[in-house]
Amino acid sequence: MIDFIRSLGRWGLDTLQRLGSGHLFLWYMVKGIPEVLLRFSLVIQQLQSVGVRSVMIILVSGLFVGMVLGLQGYNTLVDFGAEESLGVLVSLSLVRELGPVVCALLFAGRAGSALTAEIGLMKSTEQLTGMEMMAVDPIRRIITPRFVAGIISMPLLAAIFSAVGIFGGFIVGYGLLGVDDGAFWSQMQVKTDWYDDVLNGVIKSVVFGVVVTWIALFEGYDASPTSEGVGRATTRTVVHSAFAILGLDFVLTALMFGGI
Amino acid sequence: MPLIKIRDLHFYRGDRAIFDGVNIDIQRGKITAIMGPSGTGKTTLLRLIGGQLRPDSGTIEVDGQDVHKLSHAGLYELRKRMGMLFQSGALLTDISVFDNVAFPLREHTDLPESMIRDLVLMKLQAVGLRNARDLMPAELSGGMARRVALARAVTLDPMMVMYDEPFTGQDPISMGTIVNLIHRLNDAMGLTSIIVSHDVMETTEIADVIYLLSAGKVIESGSPVQLKRSSSQWVQQFIQGLPDGPVPFHFPGVDFADDLLSSEVSA
Repeated sequence: MIDFIRSLGRWGLDTLQRLGSGHLFLWYMVKGIPEVLLRFSLVIQQLQSVGVRSVMIILVSGLFVGMVLGLQGYNTLVDFGAEESLGVLVSLSLVRELGPVVCALLFAGRAGSALTAEIGLMKSTEQLTGMEMMAVDPIRRIITPRFVAGIISMPLLAAIFSAVGIFGGFIVGYGLLGVDDGAFWSQMQVKTDWYDDVLNGVIKSVVFGVVVTWIALFEGYDASPTSEGVGRATTRTVVHSAFAILGLDFVLTALMFGGI
Repeated sequence: MPLIKIRDLHFYRGDRAIFDGVNIDIQRGKITAIMGPSGTGKTTLLRLIGGQLRPDSGTIEVDGQDVHKLSHAGLYELRKRMGMLFQSGALLTDISVFDNVAFPLREHTDLPESMIRDLVLMKLQAVGLRNARDLMPAELSGGMARRVALARAVTLDPMMVMYDEPFTGQDPISMGTIVNLIHRLNDAMGLTSIIVSHDVMETTEIADVIYLLSAGKVIESGSPVQLKRSSSQWVQQFIQGLPDGPVPFHFPGVDFADDLLSSEVSA
């Protein structure tokens, strides 16, 4: 019993310590943003590796998610004779929820894990220590540009995901199931509100971008400098990011769309 | 006045004392070697000098400045005048040899690219790798990577360079090249060099002063000749590489005969 309480206490203290370190790490990253914005070329390099290299997975996934939505939506709506509303269903589902959430989950798996592995390996091969000894702050030079790139990339990728998804829904609805194309687009345009739907979706994706990139970079920076340590950190990035995305999505949805 | 003055240094990892009252003077313009068996905290000492670790007590002064009383900005200013060669080289793996050597110049100066190019080529010429400038770190051998790292360490013309196990894992040719380079750079650039190593042959060849560390204390110090003449059994065991002596070959514990006769069977 005493052992159990002791291990619980140790776990609690370790968790608190990691939370504290994580928040200090976030503070150091945020403090470095103005300097990094003045050297934007560093961010552009990272936009390439964090953002551009994620585009393919986002395009393919977005297309299939949209097509499935079109198919499932049509089968439900047709029972009520409301299949013309397919465009609304697909667009609201994507813009409000699936765009930001699924895109963030994919981003965590593709870019987040890569960031953790990259930073973890830089740590284990003494590159970060070497930089410190050259009087170059690794947080400003390596971490913050990746953080800014993650925040910029995420809403853009979510927008691409939603746009491609809507197109996928249209292909299925109009091309395969015979929904009227005019009704599809016009209803979508009328019922999808710029502020309530699109802007809230963008806000969600920015929040997810901050959280996923923060978790990924912190896990890499805090990883044990061994191959096993980097492997564990990469797994933690994906798992913690998934929890954070889904939990935050509920909180943000409740705040934005009410109902509680 | 010594460039580095270490006084009454105490440093612990958990309950284990890594340094227990160490005093060391590193003289300007000299090559000073810090030697001792693995695990005696030689690399830790370099990290303490570089301000990456804080001592539990005692002081480390570099060029008259107490390293651990400096502000973050002050410490970074001091580090610009320190070079460090890591055991692994610690080259940035996503940029070329040229960009690695140019890295400190691009970060700390506003020099035009044409001048950076000339300076980088001069440093690479000094280590014999000017024509390898377009290679990536993954394409270099261990010895070449260390030479590139050495070029990078002296790019900002520092007052001192710290070498962490520069000879470990090198073939005889690379080893000879690095020994020669350390000696030549120290003289040509007026550097102060600190070599942390347990390679006796190579280190005694170039060091002006050697400090021998063990169990958290300086066991002996002096020139290589003085150490070779030392009457200390420990020093002789270390210098001659004898397998047994004051530092036992066997890990301390249960007597061998008692162990064989015991009935305990490990799971």
